[in-house]
Amino acid sequence: MEESLSLKDRKGFKIGFIIFLTILLFIAFLVGNIKGTLQVEAKRIFEVIMTDDGSPERMVIWNIRLPRMILAALVGANLALSGAILQGVMKNPLADPSIIGISSGAGLLGIVVLVVFPQYIGLVPIAAFVGAMVAAFLIYILSWKGGIQTTRIILAGVAVSALFGAGISGILVFYSDRVHGALTFMNGSLSSRSWPEVWTILPYTIIGFILVNIFSEKLNILILGDDVARGVGLNVEATRLGFTALAAFLAASAVSVVGLLGFVGLIVPHSIRLIIGNDYKYMFPATALLGSVLLMFSDTFARTFLSPTEIPVGIVMAVVGAPFFLFLLRRE
Amino acid sequence: MKDIILEVKDLSVNYKNKNILDGINLEIEKGKIYSIIGPNGCGKTTLIRMMSKSLKPKRGRVLLHGDDIFEMKSKDIAKRMAILNQNNTTISDITVRKLVQYGRYSYKNWWSGLDKEDEDIIEWAMEKTFVTSLKNRRIDTLSGGERQRVWLAMSIAQKPEILLLDEPTTYLDICHQLEILELVTKLNKEEGITIIMVLHDINHAVGYSDEIIVINNKNIYAKGDSWSILETKVIEEVFNVKTQTMIDKETNKPIFYAKKVI
Repeated sequence: MEESLSLKDRKGFKIGFIIFLTILLFIAFLVGNIKGTLQVEAKRIFEVIMTDDGSPERMVIWNIRLPRMILAALVGANLALSGAILQGVMKNPLADPSIIGISSGAGLLGIVVLVVFPQYIGLVPIAAFVGAMVAAFLIYILSWKGGIQTTRIILAGVAVSALFGAGISGILVFYSDRVHGALTFMNGSLSSRSWPEVWTILPYTIIGFILVNIFSEKLNILILGDDVARGVGLNVEATRLGFTALAAFLAASAVSVVGLLGFVGLIVPHSIRLIIGNDYKYMFPATALLGSVLLMFSDTFARTFLSPTEIPVGIVMAVVGAPFFLFLLRRE
Repeated sequence: MKDIILEVKDLSVNYKNKNILDGINLEIEKGKIYSIIGPNGCGKTTLIRMMSKSLKPKRGRVLLHGDDIFEMKSKDIAKRMAILNQNNTTISDITVRKLVQYGRYSYKNWWSGLDKEDEDIIEWAMEKTFVTSLKNRRIDTLSGGERQRVWLAMSIAQKPEILLLDEPTTYLDICHQLEILELVTKLNKEEGITIIMVLHDINHAVGYSDEIIVINNKNIYAKGDSWSILETKVIEEVFNVKTQTMIDKETNKPIFYAKKVI
């Protein structure tokens, strides 16, 4: 007697869930554009996006809310994908770019350029990528002992994170006259970000999203263990290196436009795993979508909750994320 | 003429500055079943992991049909040789069908899906190992014996000429131990797959293999068929136990009995 597939293993369920997330993305987009000091009707949003009628709604939507919502979606997707990849290649459910120091690596080099060499501001994304890669490889070197060991990765990651965090603090102390830009960078915020930031991060999201989906099967095989993966013919070293670089690339691009934003890479992939399982073929699109939805809603909340004061979205994420992190720790 | 499928030449391995294997030479003939035995820590697992490129040697070569595996692509090795690892403890929620499908990885490119031939081979692999009825189950819900058969199905879906097994019976009860060994023998007889396995139980090695390779003190201590190993003092010298050998009248194979520590 053959047993039938359980709900979580059914293709239709997984695809249905991804469609549901797409609808949620649309709702988050609408809510984010409607809400604010100036309430705009849903119907008007599309009118003013399509045509420049010189109205105040057009000003608010086109110059502020629309780019900010798009940016939130892109950053959320990048961070969530980065976390999903890191959890796979590092074989650790607690891996998240902000927890294990990849974001602070990106942050340190980003801030160095921002504060010490402000004339090269265009190099921030590249510097952030280099910082993220350095952090990732430091973690591997520190935790490698005849293979990857789960607990050592987190310990090494916390150490690396502390090290780069100290570097960031050092810069802020030595260049205290120039830290204003750097401070918002530290706290992860989407405020006063607009089209230039969207154009900076968009190529990273597109390239990253395409690559993770093309190579998702390789990561599926890698998580079965190095020996098994090698046995079926996977080039384990190249796969791990490639995916780590991709995770660093995605996290760094997010950090370079909105600063240090924690927990997205932890909460989102885990929620997805609980709902549709660990198959990366479905996990990657679902993770990207939920990352976008989460950050769009969080930013709308951060912007409107104490209006006119704005809470940095990083704080909202920490308030949601920290308890979730503890919940996962308890479950392990 | 002997048909040599796998050849180990002057293989030496160090682990943490300690010499584990020292100058091993070994020839594996096509179509036979080999068992590797030896006391704990003698390097038998290291040897089999080396043969599958899971570890790199300090010196020496492993030749698959004359090609050095350390210079071959992983995919090309996987099409000829499969390995069943010791503790596949992976806690994964993938289904049996999906796991077996990964056995076809080395034949695929990232853009190509499964074709009819792959589907047939996957079905064949599951039938051979009696896991077809489990195909929709998640592997983390299977028992030890079922799980081992599923890993075996994945290995043979690679359509290998050689199958390496590292202690395939560990953690299984006696019935499931024999089930795996009988399955392996069947794959050897029906599909002509050359088998090399590390075994703990000497009687299993005696009963199921054409040749036994005894590893001791960083090198091959003895190699030969069951009788040649059990008739001599090899087991006593290597394992430090007093032994007695009897004959199984049905199969005319020896049965071994360890009486006490020397």
